[in-house]
Amino acid sequence: MKKSKISPLIIILLVILVLPFIKADINFQHMLIIFLIFAGLGEAWNLITGFAGQTSFGHAAFFGIGAYTSTILFYKFSISPWVGMLVGIAVSTLVAAFVSYPCFKLKGHYFAIATMAIAEITKQLFISWDYVEGATGIMIPIVDESLASMQFHTSKIPYFIIAYCLFVISILIANYIEKNRMGFYLKAIRESNEAAESIGINTTVYKLYAMMVSAALSAAFGTLYAQYILYIDPFMLFSLDISMKIVLLTVLGGLGNIYGPIIGAAILIPLSEYTRIFFGGTGKGIDLIIFGALIVVVACFEPRGILGAFKKKRKVERGAYDAKANA
Amino acid sequence: MLKVKNLNTGYDNVPVIFDVSFEVNEGELVSIVGSNGAGKTTILRAISGLIRPFSGEIEFEGKRIDVMPAHEIVSLGIAHVPEGRHVFSKMSVRDNLLLGAYTIDSEAEIEKILKEVFEIFPRLKEREGQKAETLSGGEQQMLAIARGLMSRPKLLLVDEMSLGLMPILVDKVMEILKEISKRGITVLLVEQKVQEALEMADRAYVLQTGKIIGHGTGSELLTSDLVKKAYMGM
Repeated sequence: MKKSKISPLIIILLVILVLPFIKADINFQHMLIIFLIFAGLGEAWNLITGFAGQTSFGHAAFFGIGAYTSTILFYKFSISPWVGMLVGIAVSTLVAAFVSYPCFKLKGHYFAIATMAIAEITKQLFISWDYVEGATGIMIPIVDESLASMQFHTSKIPYFIIAYCLFVISILIANYIEKNRMGFYLKAIRESNEAAESIGINTTVYKLYAMMVSAALSAAFGTLYAQYILYIDPFMLFSLDISMKIVLLTVLGGLGNIYGPIIGAAILIPLSEYTRIFFGGTGKGIDLIIFGALIVVVACFEPRGILGAFKKKRKVERGAYDAKANA
Repeated sequence: MLKVKNLNTGYDNVPVIFDVSFEVNEGELVSIVGSNGAGKTTILRAISGLIRPFSGEIEFEGKRIDVMPAHEIVSLGIAHVPEGRHVFSKMSVRDNLLLGAYTIDSEAEIEKILKEVFEIFPRLKEREGQKAETLSGGEQQMLAIARGLMSRPKLLLVDEMSLGLMPILVDKVMEILKEISKRGITVLLVEQKVQEALEMADRAYVLQTGKIIGHGTGSELLTSDLVKKAYMGM
Protein backbone atom coordinates (compact mmCIF):
# COMPACT_ATOMS: atom_id res chain seq x y z
CA MET A 1 0.00 0.00 0.00
CA LYS A 2 2.67 2.41 1.07
CA LYS A 3 4.93 1.48 -1.81
CA SER A 4 2.36 1.97 -4.53
CA LYS A 5 1.63 5.44 -3.17
CA ILE A 6 5.24 6.60 -3.14
CA SER A 7 6.44 5.42 -6.52
CA PRO A 8 4.29 7.54 -8.88
CA LEU A 9 5.27 10.50 -6.76
CA ILE A 10 8.96 9.82 -7.32
CA ILE A 11 8.38 9.55 -11.04
CA ILE A 12 6.55 12.88 -11.10
CA LEU A 13 9.35 14.51 -9.10
CA LEU A 14 12.03 13.14 -11.43
CA VAL A 15 10.16 14.29 -14.52
CA ILE A 16 9.82 17.80 -13.09
CA LEU A 17 13.53 17.82 -12.25
CA VAL A 18 14.69 17.07 -15.81
CA LEU A 19 12.15 19.29 -17.59
CA PRO A 20 14.10 22.60 -17.52
CA PHE A 21 17.17 20.85 -18.93
CA ILE A 22 15.27 19.18 -21.75
CA LYS A 23 13.56 22.37 -22.83
CA ALA A 24 16.04 25.14 -22.04
CA ASP A 25 13.61 27.91 -22.96
CA ILE A 26 13.53 30.91 -20.61
CA ASN A 27 9.76 31.27 -20.67
CA PHE A 28 9.33 27.59 -19.98
CA GLN A 29 11.80 27.68 -17.10
CA HIS A 30 10.05 30.69 -15.64
CA MET A 31 6.76 28.88 -15.90
CA LEU A 32 8.25 25.88 -14.11
CA ILE A 33 9.51 27.99 -11.21
CA ILE A 34 6.11 29.61 -10.75
CA PHE A 35 4.54 26.18 -11.06
CA LEU A 36 6.73 24.81 -8.27
CA ILE A 37 6.01 27.79 -6.02
CA PHE A 38 2.26 27.48 -6.44
CA ALA A 39 2.21 23.69 -6.25
CA GLY A 40 4.16 24.02 -2.99
CA LEU A 41 1.75 26.66 -1.69
CA GLY A 42 -1.06 24.32 -2.64
CA GLU A 43 0.54 21.55 -0.59
CA ALA A 44 0.83 23.90 2.36
CA TRP A 45 -2.77 25.03 2.04
CA ASN A 46 -3.92 21.45 1.63
CA LEU A 47 -2.68 20.66 5.15
CA ILE A 48 -5.12 22.98 6.83
CA THR A 49 -7.98 22.79 4.34
CA GLY A 50 -7.67 19.45 2.59
CA PHE A 51 -6.69 17.43 5.65
CA ALA A 52 -8.14 19.37 8.57
CA GLY A 53 -11.14 20.76 6.67
CA GLN A 54 -10.66 24.38 7.75
CA THR A 55 -11.03 26.48 4.62
CA SER A 56 -8.50 29.28 4.52
CA PHE A 57 -8.87 32.09 2.01
CA GLY A 58 -6.03 34.01 3.57
CA HIS A 59 -2.84 32.18 2.76
CA ALA A 60 -1.55 35.20 0.86
CA ALA A 61 -0.94 36.69 4.32
CA PHE A 62 1.61 34.03 5.27
CA PHE A 63 3.15 34.08 1.81
CA GLY A 64 3.49 37.87 2.00
CA ILE A 65 4.88 37.86 5.52
CA GLY A 66 7.59 35.46 4.40
CA ALA A 67 8.44 37.67 1.44
CA TYR A 68 8.45 40.89 3.48
CA THR A 69 10.48 39.54 6.39
CA SER A 70 13.40 38.36 4.27
CA THR A 71 13.24 41.42 2.05
CA ILE A 72 13.29 43.89 4.94
CA LEU A 73 16.21 42.07 6.56
CA PHE A 74 18.11 42.12 3.27
CA TYR A 75 17.16 45.66 2.27
CA LYS A 76 17.74 47.35 5.62
CA PHE A 77 20.37 45.15 7.27
CA SER A 78 21.95 43.22 4.36
CA ILE A 79 21.12 39.95 6.03
CA SER A 80 21.15 36.93 3.72
CA PRO A 81 17.72 35.96 2.42
CA TRP A 82 18.37 32.44 3.69
CA VAL A 83 18.45 33.74 7.23
CA GLY A 84 15.51 35.94 6.25
CA MET A 85 13.65 32.88 5.11
CA LEU A 86 14.07 31.24 8.52
CA VAL A 87 13.04 34.40 10.35
CA GLY A 88 10.09 34.73 7.95
CA ILE A 89 9.06 31.17 8.73
CA ALA A 90 9.23 31.92 12.44
CA VAL A 91 7.27 35.17 12.15
CA SER A 92 4.65 33.62 9.90
CA THR A 93 4.22 30.63 12.20
CA LEU A 94 3.75 32.91 15.18
CA VAL A 95 1.27 35.10 13.34
CA ALA A 96 -0.60 31.98 12.21
CA ALA A 97 -0.83 30.71 15.77
CA PHE A 98 -1.84 34.09 17.13
CA VAL A 99 -4.55 34.92 14.60
CA SER A 100 -5.97 31.49 13.92
CA TYR A 101 -6.47 30.52 17.56
CA PRO A 102 -9.46 32.85 17.96
CA CYS A 103 -10.59 32.05 14.41
CA PHE A 104 -10.88 28.34 15.18
CA LYS A 105 -13.81 29.21 17.41
CA LEU A 106 -15.61 29.91 14.13
CA LYS A 107 -16.93 27.10 12.02
CA GLY A 108 -17.23 26.49 8.29
CA HIS A 109 -17.89 29.55 6.17
CA TYR A 110 -17.29 31.93 9.03
CA PHE A 111 -13.77 30.64 9.46
CA ALA A 112 -13.17 31.09 5.74
CA ILE A 113 -14.42 34.68 5.87
CA ALA A 114 -12.25 35.42 8.89
CA THR A 115 -9.12 34.20 7.09
CA MET A 116 -9.99 36.34 4.10
CA ALA A 117 -10.24 39.29 6.46
CA ILE A 118 -6.85 38.46 7.96
CA ALA A 119 -5.20 38.70 4.54
CA GLU A 120 -6.98 41.99 3.81
CA ILE A 121 -6.03 43.46 7.18
CA THR A 122 -2.41 42.46 6.64
CA LYS A 123 -2.49 44.13 3.24
CA GLN A 124 -3.88 47.39 4.62
CA LEU A 125 -1.32 47.26 7.41
CA PHE A 126 1.59 46.96 4.99
CA ILE A 127 0.14 49.62 2.66
CA SER A 128 0.17 52.21 5.41
CA TRP A 129 3.37 51.09 7.18
CA ASP A 130 6.16 53.52 6.28
CA TYR A 131 9.01 51.42 7.64
CA VAL A 132 8.34 48.81 4.95
CA GLU A 133 7.92 51.53 2.29
CA GLY A 134 4.13 51.31 2.36
CA ALA A 135 2.30 51.12 -0.91
CA THR A 136 5.33 51.88 -3.09
CA GLY A 137 6.81 48.52 -2.30
CA ILE A 138 10.47 47.59 -2.17
CA MET A 139 12.88 47.09 -5.04
CA ILE A 140 15.26 44.48 -3.74
CA PRO A 141 18.82 45.84 -4.22
CA ILE A 142 20.55 43.88 -6.93
CA VAL A 143 23.87 42.41 -5.82
CA ASP A 144 26.33 39.99 -7.40
CA GLU A 145 24.80 36.66 -7.99
CA SER A 146 25.55 34.08 -5.34
CA LEU A 147 23.82 31.38 -3.40
CA ALA A 148 24.16 33.42 -0.20
CA SER A 149 22.31 36.40 -1.65
CA MET A 150 19.76 34.14 -3.36
CA GLN A 151 20.10 36.17 -6.54
CA PHE A 152 20.97 34.75 -9.93
CA HIS A 153 21.01 36.95 -13.00
CA THR A 154 22.40 34.83 -15.80
CA SER A 155 20.34 31.69 -15.49
CA LYS A 156 17.02 30.60 -14.05
CA ILE A 157 18.28 27.14 -13.18
CA PRO A 158 19.46 28.00 -9.63
CA TYR A 159 16.04 29.49 -8.85
CA PHE A 160 14.51 26.37 -10.25
CA ILE A 161 16.65 24.18 -8.00
CA ILE A 162 15.75 26.17 -4.89
CA ALA A 163 12.06 26.11 -5.79
CA TYR A 164 12.35 22.41 -6.46
CA CYS A 165 13.95 21.73 -3.09
CA LEU A 166 11.30 23.73 -1.23
CA PHE A 167 8.62 21.95 -3.20
CA VAL A 168 10.05 18.54 -2.35
CA ILE A 169 10.30 19.54 1.31
CA SER A 170 6.65 20.55 1.35
CA ILE A 171 5.69 17.27 -0.33
CA LEU A 172 7.70 15.32 2.21
CA ILE A 173 6.10 17.16 5.11
CA ALA A 174 2.60 16.69 3.67
CA ASN A 175 3.34 13.03 3.03
CA TYR A 176 4.74 12.54 6.51
CA ILE A 177 1.74 14.17 8.15
CA GLU A 178 -0.68 12.22 5.98
CA LYS A 179 0.89 8.87 6.90
CA ASN A 180 1.19 9.55 10.59
CA ARG A 181 -1.13 9.91 13.53
CA MET A 182 -1.51 13.61 12.94
CA GLY A 183 -2.93 13.01 9.46
CA PHE A 184 -5.57 10.72 10.87
CA TYR A 185 -6.46 13.20 13.59
CA LEU A 186 -6.78 15.99 11.05
CA LYS A 187 -8.98 13.86 8.83
CA ALA A 188 -11.09 12.93 11.83
CA ILE A 189 -11.52 16.62 12.59
CA ARG A 190 -12.49 17.25 8.99
CA GLU A 191 -15.08 14.47 9.03
CA SER A 192 -16.65 15.50 12.31
CA ASN A 193 -15.24 17.97 14.76
CA GLU A 194 -17.64 16.79 17.44
CA ALA A 195 -16.83 13.10 17.06
CA ALA A 196 -13.12 13.90 17.05
CA GLU A 197 -13.55 15.75 20.32
CA SER A 198 -15.65 12.97 21.77
CA ILE A 199 -12.83 10.47 21.31
CA GLY A 200 -10.41 12.80 23.01
CA ILE A 201 -8.60 14.62 20.23
CA ASN A 202 -7.69 18.14 21.23
CA THR A 203 -9.09 19.57 18.03
CA THR A 204 -7.95 23.15 18.57
CA VAL A 205 -4.35 22.13 19.12
CA TYR A 206 -4.20 19.91 16.04
CA LYS A 207 -5.85 22.52 13.84
CA LEU A 208 -3.33 24.97 15.19
CA TYR A 209 -0.41 22.65 14.38
CA ALA A 210 -1.69 22.21 10.85
CA MET A 211 -2.11 25.95 10.41
CA MET A 212 1.38 26.67 11.74
CA VAL A 213 3.08 24.13 9.47
CA SER A 214 1.05 25.44 6.57
CA ALA A 215 2.00 29.04 7.31
CA ALA A 216 5.67 28.14 7.73
CA LEU A 217 5.82 26.51 4.30
CA SER A 218 3.93 29.38 2.69
CA ALA A 219 6.41 31.86 4.16
CA ALA A 220 9.39 29.97 2.73
CA PHE A 221 7.87 30.20 -0.73
CA GLY A 222 7.23 33.89 -0.10
CA THR A 223 10.93 34.54 0.42
CA LEU A 224 11.84 32.67 -2.73
CA TYR A 225 9.19 34.54 -4.72
CA ALA A 226 10.51 37.90 -3.52
CA GLN A 227 14.09 36.97 -4.40
CA TYR A 228 12.97 35.73 -7.79
CA ILE A 229 10.84 38.72 -8.79
CA LEU A 230 13.16 41.16 -6.92
CA TYR A 231 10.30 43.53 -6.26
CA ILE A 232 7.54 43.32 -3.71
CA ASP A 233 4.54 45.42 -2.83
CA PRO A 234 1.51 44.75 -0.63
CA PHE A 235 -0.91 44.66 -3.57
CA MET A 236 0.69 41.75 -5.32
CA LEU A 237 1.66 39.74 -2.24
CA PHE A 238 -1.41 40.02 -0.05
CA SER A 239 -3.91 39.99 -2.89
CA LEU A 240 -7.02 37.87 -2.84
CA ASP A 241 -5.79 36.77 -6.25
CA ILE A 242 -2.93 34.78 -4.72
CA SER A 243 -5.09 33.31 -1.96
CA MET A 244 -7.67 32.26 -4.50
CA LYS A 245 -5.15 30.80 -6.93
CA ILE A 246 -3.88 28.52 -4.17
CA VAL A 247 -7.43 27.49 -3.35
CA LEU A 248 -8.51 26.99 -6.94
CA LEU A 249 -5.61 24.90 -8.11
CA THR A 250 -5.86 22.57 -5.13
CA VAL A 251 -9.60 22.18 -5.47
CA LEU A 252 -9.28 21.49 -9.19
CA GLY A 253 -6.55 18.92 -8.65
CA GLY A 254 -8.10 17.24 -5.65
CA LEU A 255 -8.50 18.27 -2.05
CA GLY A 256 -6.86 16.38 0.78
CA ASN A 257 -4.34 14.53 -1.35
CA ILE A 258 -0.69 15.28 -2.03
CA TYR A 259 -1.15 14.87 -5.79
CA GLY A 260 -3.99 17.38 -5.95
CA PRO A 261 -1.96 20.61 -5.85
CA ILE A 262 0.57 19.22 -8.35
CA ILE A 263 -2.13 18.40 -10.90
CA GLY A 264 -3.98 21.65 -10.31
CA ALA A 265 -0.84 23.79 -10.56
CA ALA A 266 0.26 21.88 -13.69
CA ILE A 267 -2.95 23.11 -15.33
CA LEU A 268 -3.41 26.59 -13.89
CA ILE A 269 0.15 27.91 -13.97
CA PRO A 270 0.95 27.14 -17.63
CA LEU A 271 -2.47 28.50 -18.48
CA SER A 272 -1.87 31.79 -16.72
CA GLU A 273 1.78 32.19 -17.74
CA TYR A 274 1.22 31.37 -21.40
CA THR A 275 -1.93 33.44 -21.79
CA ARG A 276 0.08 36.30 -20.33
CA ILE A 277 2.88 35.68 -22.82
CA PHE A 278 0.53 35.39 -25.81
CA PHE A 279 -1.94 38.14 -25.04
CA GLY A 280 0.22 40.47 -22.96
CA GLY A 281 -1.62 42.96 -20.77
CA THR A 282 -4.86 42.60 -22.72
CA GLY A 283 -5.04 38.91 -21.84
CA LYS A 284 -5.11 39.61 -18.14
CA GLY A 285 -7.67 37.38 -16.50
CA ILE A 286 -8.23 35.05 -19.44
CA ASP A 287 -6.52 32.26 -17.54
CA LEU A 288 -8.85 32.74 -14.61
CA ILE A 289 -11.87 32.71 -16.92
CA ILE A 290 -10.78 29.39 -18.39
CA PHE A 291 -9.88 28.11 -14.98
CA GLY A 292 -13.17 29.23 -13.53
CA ALA A 293 -14.97 27.30 -16.24
CA LEU A 294 -12.90 24.22 -15.42
CA ILE A 295 -13.78 24.55 -11.74
CA VAL A 296 -17.47 24.79 -12.59
CA VAL A 297 -17.21 21.64 -14.69
CA VAL A 298 -15.28 19.78 -12.00
CA ALA A 299 -17.62 20.94 -9.25
CA CYS A 300 -20.64 19.77 -11.25
CA PHE A 301 -19.34 16.40 -12.32
CA GLU A 302 -16.63 15.42 -9.88
CA PRO A 303 -16.48 17.45 -6.66
CA ARG A 304 -13.40 15.58 -5.53
CA GLY A 305 -11.33 17.17 -8.30
CA ILE A 306 -9.52 15.65 -11.25
CA LEU A 307 -7.90 13.12 -8.98
CA GLY A 308 -11.30 12.02 -7.73
CA ALA A 309 -12.39 11.39 -11.33
CA PHE A 310 -9.36 9.16 -11.85
CA LYS A 311 -10.01 7.24 -8.68
CA LYS A 312 -13.63 6.74 -9.60
CA LYS A 313 -12.69 5.42 -13.00
CA ARG A 314 -10.26 2.96 -11.49
CA LYS A 315 -12.86 1.80 -9.03
CA VAL A 316 -15.42 1.28 -11.80
CA GLU A 317 -12.90 -0.75 -13.77
CA ARG A 318 -12.01 -2.79 -10.74
CA GLY A 319 -15.69 -3.27 -9.98
CA ALA A 320 -16.31 -4.54 -13.49
CA TYR A 321 -13.38 -6.88 -13.13
CA ASP A 322 -14.68 -8.23 -9.82
CA ALA A 323 -18.09 -8.76 -11.35
CA LYS A 324 -16.51 -10.73 -14.15
CA ALA A 325 -14.45 -12.77 -11.72
CA ASN A 326 -17.55 -13.59 -9.72
CA ALA A 327 -19.51 -14.63 -12.79
CA MET B 1 -18.54 7.33 40.20
CA LEU B 2 -20.27 10.17 38.38
CA LYS B 3 -22.06 12.82 40.41
CA VAL B 4 -23.99 15.67 38.90
CA LYS B 5 -25.03 18.30 41.42
CA ASN B 6 -27.52 21.09 40.79
CA LEU B 7 -26.54 21.40 37.17
CA ASN B 8 -27.84 24.38 35.22
CA THR B 9 -26.76 24.68 31.64
CA GLY B 10 -27.84 25.50 28.09
CA TYR B 11 -26.73 27.22 24.94
CA ASP B 12 -25.80 30.89 24.51
CA ASN B 13 -27.50 31.91 27.73
CA VAL B 14 -30.65 30.03 26.84
CA PRO B 15 -31.13 27.72 29.80
CA VAL B 16 -32.08 24.15 28.96
CA ILE B 17 -31.26 22.21 32.11
CA PHE B 18 -32.60 23.36 35.47
CA ASP B 19 -31.09 22.20 38.72
CA VAL B 20 -30.50 18.62 37.67
CA SER B 21 -28.83 16.25 40.12
CA PHE B 22 -28.17 12.57 39.69
CA GLU B 23 -25.49 10.00 40.15
CA VAL B 24 -24.18 6.90 38.49
CA ASN B 25 -22.43 4.27 40.58
CA GLU B 26 -19.66 2.02 39.39
CA GLY B 27 -20.85 -0.94 37.32
CA GLU B 28 -24.38 0.34 36.91
CA LEU B 29 -26.37 0.78 33.75
CA VAL B 30 -28.30 3.99 34.22
CA SER B 31 -30.79 5.51 31.80
CA ILE B 32 -32.05 9.01 31.50
CA VAL B 33 -35.32 8.93 29.64
CA GLY B 34 -37.40 11.76 28.37
CA SER B 35 -39.14 13.02 25.28
CA ASN B 36 -37.80 15.18 22.50
CA GLY B 37 -36.29 18.41 23.73
CA ALA B 38 -36.20 17.38 27.36
CA GLY B 39 -32.49 18.14 27.52
CA LYS B 40 -31.03 14.66 27.56
CA THR B 41 -28.35 15.33 25.01
CA THR B 42 -27.47 18.60 26.70
CA ILE B 43 -26.71 16.79 29.95
CA LEU B 44 -24.34 14.39 28.18
CA ARG B 45 -22.65 17.25 26.36
CA ALA B 46 -22.07 18.98 29.67
CA ILE B 47 -20.57 15.83 31.19
CA SER B 48 -18.14 15.32 28.34
CA GLY B 49 -17.13 18.96 28.33
CA LEU B 50 -18.57 20.02 24.98
CA ILE B 51 -20.56 22.73 26.76
CA ARG B 52 -20.06 24.41 30.13
CA PRO B 53 -22.45 24.49 33.07
CA PHE B 54 -23.89 27.87 34.04
CA SER B 55 -23.78 26.64 37.61
CA GLY B 56 -23.53 23.41 39.50
CA GLU B 57 -20.88 20.72 39.65
CA ILE B 58 -20.01 17.55 37.79
CA GLU B 59 -17.73 15.14 39.59
CA PHE B 60 -16.08 12.02 38.23
CA GLU B 61 -14.35 9.73 40.71
CA GLY B 62 -14.17 12.58 43.15
CA LYS B 63 -12.64 15.01 40.68
CA ARG B 64 -14.44 18.05 39.34
CA ILE B 65 -14.60 17.75 35.58
CA ASP B 66 -16.92 20.61 34.65
CA VAL B 67 -13.96 22.92 34.28
CA MET B 68 -11.86 20.57 32.15
CA PRO B 69 -11.62 20.65 28.35
CA ALA B 70 -13.25 17.80 26.42
CA HIS B 71 -10.06 16.00 25.44
CA GLU B 72 -8.84 15.77 29.04
CA ILE B 73 -12.15 14.36 30.19
CA VAL B 74 -11.78 11.54 27.69
CA SER B 75 -8.40 10.64 29.09
CA LEU B 76 -9.96 10.31 32.56
CA GLY B 77 -12.01 7.43 31.22
CA ILE B 78 -15.27 8.90 29.96
CA ALA B 79 -16.20 8.04 26.37
CA HIS B 80 -19.07 9.77 24.63
CA VAL B 81 -20.95 8.08 21.80
CA PRO B 82 -22.58 11.11 20.21
CA GLU B 83 -26.11 11.29 18.89
CA GLY B 84 -26.49 10.65 15.19
CA ARG B 85 -23.47 8.38 15.31
CA HIS B 86 -20.87 10.75 13.79
CA VAL B 87 -18.65 8.04 12.43
CA PHE B 88 -15.78 9.20 10.23
CA SER B 89 -17.55 8.21 7.06
CA LYS B 90 -14.66 8.34 4.61
CA MET B 91 -12.42 6.20 6.77
CA SER B 92 -12.34 2.44 7.09
CA VAL B 93 -13.98 0.71 10.03
CA ARG B 94 -10.55 -0.19 11.35
CA ASP B 95 -9.28 3.40 11.15
CA ASN B 96 -12.40 4.62 12.91
CA LEU B 97 -11.69 2.23 15.74
CA LEU B 98 -8.01 3.08 15.90
CA LEU B 99 -8.88 6.76 16.21
CA GLY B 100 -11.02 5.84 19.18
CA ALA B 101 -7.86 4.65 20.88
CA TYR B 102 -6.48 8.17 20.75
CA THR B 103 -5.67 8.27 24.44
CA ILE B 104 -3.79 4.97 24.41
CA ASP B 105 -0.15 5.00 23.42
CA SER B 106 0.97 1.40 23.33
CA GLU B 107 0.40 -0.35 20.00
CA ALA B 108 0.18 -3.76 21.67
CA GLU B 109 -2.47 -2.49 24.04
CA ILE B 110 -4.46 -1.08 21.13
CA GLU B 111 -4.34 -4.42 19.31
CA LYS B 112 -5.57 -6.12 22.45
CA ILE B 113 -8.52 -3.78 22.87
CA LEU B 114 -9.29 -4.09 19.18
CA LYS B 115 -9.52 -7.85 19.58
CA GLU B 116 -11.88 -7.51 22.53
CA VAL B 117 -14.04 -5.03 20.67
CA PHE B 118 -14.26 -7.34 17.68
CA GLU B 119 -15.35 -10.08 20.07
CA ILE B 120 -18.32 -7.96 21.12
CA PHE B 121 -18.97 -6.82 17.54
CA PRO B 122 -18.14 -9.72 15.20
CA ARG B 123 -20.01 -7.87 12.47
CA LEU B 124 -17.45 -5.09 12.51
CA LYS B 125 -14.64 -7.58 12.17
CA GLU B 126 -16.22 -8.78 8.94
CA ARG B 127 -16.31 -5.21 7.66
CA GLU B 128 -12.93 -4.11 8.99
CA GLY B 129 -11.63 -2.73 5.69
CA GLN B 130 -14.85 -1.15 4.46
CA LYS B 131 -15.45 2.58 4.55
CA ALA B 132 -17.76 3.52 7.40
CA GLU B 133 -20.21 5.25 5.06
CA THR B 134 -20.98 1.90 3.39
CA LEU B 135 -22.25 0.38 6.63
CA SER B 136 -25.94 0.16 7.46
CA GLY B 137 -27.40 2.44 10.12
CA GLY B 138 -27.28 -0.26 12.75
CA GLU B 139 -23.71 -1.16 11.92
CA GLN B 140 -22.71 2.49 12.07
CA GLN B 141 -24.27 2.74 15.51
CA MET B 142 -22.30 -0.31 16.57
CA LEU B 143 -19.19 1.26 15.14
CA ALA B 144 -19.81 4.44 17.12
CA ILE B 145 -20.20 2.43 20.33
CA ALA B 146 -17.18 0.28 19.49
CA ARG B 147 -15.14 3.42 18.85
CA GLY B 148 -16.17 4.67 22.27
CA LEU B 149 -14.97 1.42 23.82
CA MET B 150 -11.56 1.72 22.18
CA SER B 151 -10.40 4.26 24.73
CA ARG B 152 -10.95 1.68 27.51
CA PRO B 153 -13.48 3.89 29.25
CA LYS B 154 -14.67 3.42 32.79
CA LEU B 155 -17.87 5.23 31.88
CA LEU B 156 -19.57 5.08 28.51
CA LEU B 157 -22.05 7.83 27.65
CA VAL B 158 -24.45 6.71 24.94
CA ASP B 159 -26.69 9.27 23.32
CA GLU B 160 -29.94 8.26 21.65
CA MET B 161 -28.68 5.17 19.97
CA SER B 162 -32.12 4.09 18.79
CA LEU B 163 -32.25 7.11 16.47
CA GLY B 164 -33.07 5.98 12.96
CA LEU B 165 -32.80 2.29 13.71
CA MET B 166 -35.51 -0.24 13.00
CA PRO B 167 -37.04 -1.82 16.14
CA ILE B 168 -35.32 -5.17 15.76
CA LEU B 169 -31.95 -3.43 15.61
CA VAL B 170 -32.77 -1.33 18.65
CA ASP B 171 -33.19 -4.55 20.62
CA LYS B 172 -29.95 -5.87 19.22
CA VAL B 173 -27.98 -2.78 20.17
CA MET B 174 -29.57 -2.78 23.63
CA GLU B 175 -28.39 -6.38 24.06
CA ILE B 176 -24.90 -5.25 23.19
CA LEU B 177 -25.03 -2.48 25.77
CA LYS B 178 -26.02 -5.05 28.39
CA GLU B 179 -23.09 -7.18 27.34
CA ILE B 180 -20.78 -4.19 27.69
CA SER B 181 -22.19 -3.45 31.11
CA LYS B 182 -21.59 -7.07 32.13
CA ARG B 183 -17.95 -6.64 31.24
CA GLY B 184 -17.69 -4.07 33.98
CA ILE B 185 -18.07 -0.82 32.11
CA THR B 186 -20.46 1.67 33.64
CA VAL B 187 -23.00 2.90 31.11
CA LEU B 188 -25.09 6.05 31.11
CA LEU B 189 -27.69 5.81 28.39
CA VAL B 190 -29.88 8.65 27.27
CA GLU B 191 -32.88 7.47 25.34
CA GLN B 192 -36.20 8.42 23.87
CA LYS B 193 -37.42 4.86 23.54
CA VAL B 194 -38.62 4.83 27.12
CA GLN B 195 -39.87 1.27 27.35
CA GLU B 196 -36.71 -0.40 26.04
CA ALA B 197 -34.43 1.85 28.04
CA LEU B 198 -36.27 1.22 31.30
CA GLU B 199 -36.40 -2.51 30.75
CA MET B 200 -32.67 -2.87 30.61
CA ALA B 201 -31.54 -0.21 33.07
CA ASP B 202 -30.55 -0.86 36.67
CA ARG B 203 -31.74 2.59 37.58
CA ALA B 204 -33.29 5.40 35.61
CA TYR B 205 -34.14 9.08 35.80
CA VAL B 206 -37.06 10.71 34.06
CA LEU B 207 -36.35 14.09 32.54
CA GLN B 208 -39.01 16.55 31.46
CA THR B 209 -38.33 20.02 30.03
CA GLY B 210 -34.95 20.18 31.70
CA LYS B 211 -35.98 18.94 35.16
CA ILE B 212 -35.76 15.52 36.73
CA ILE B 213 -39.30 14.55 37.70
CA GLY B 214 -38.75 11.03 38.89
CA HIS B 215 -36.26 8.28 39.47
CA GLY B 216 -36.08 4.68 40.57
CA THR B 217 -35.17 1.25 39.29
CA GLY B 218 -36.11 0.47 35.73
CA SER B 219 -38.99 -1.84 36.66
CA GLU B 220 -40.33 0.58 39.27
CA LEU B 221 -40.54 3.33 36.72
CA LEU B 222 -42.05 1.09 34.07
CA THR B 223 -45.06 0.46 36.30
CA SER B 224 -45.27 3.97 37.73
CA ASP B 225 -48.23 6.12 36.77
CA LEU B 226 -45.98 9.03 36.01
CA VAL B 227 -44.17 7.28 33.20
CA LYS B 228 -47.22 5.45 31.95
CA LYS B 229 -49.13 8.65 31.61
CA ALA B 230 -46.40 10.80 30.19
CA TYR B 231 -44.68 8.52 27.75
CA MET B 232 -46.69 5.47 26.99
CA GLY B 233 -50.09 7.00 26.53
CA MET B 234 -51.73 4.70 29.06
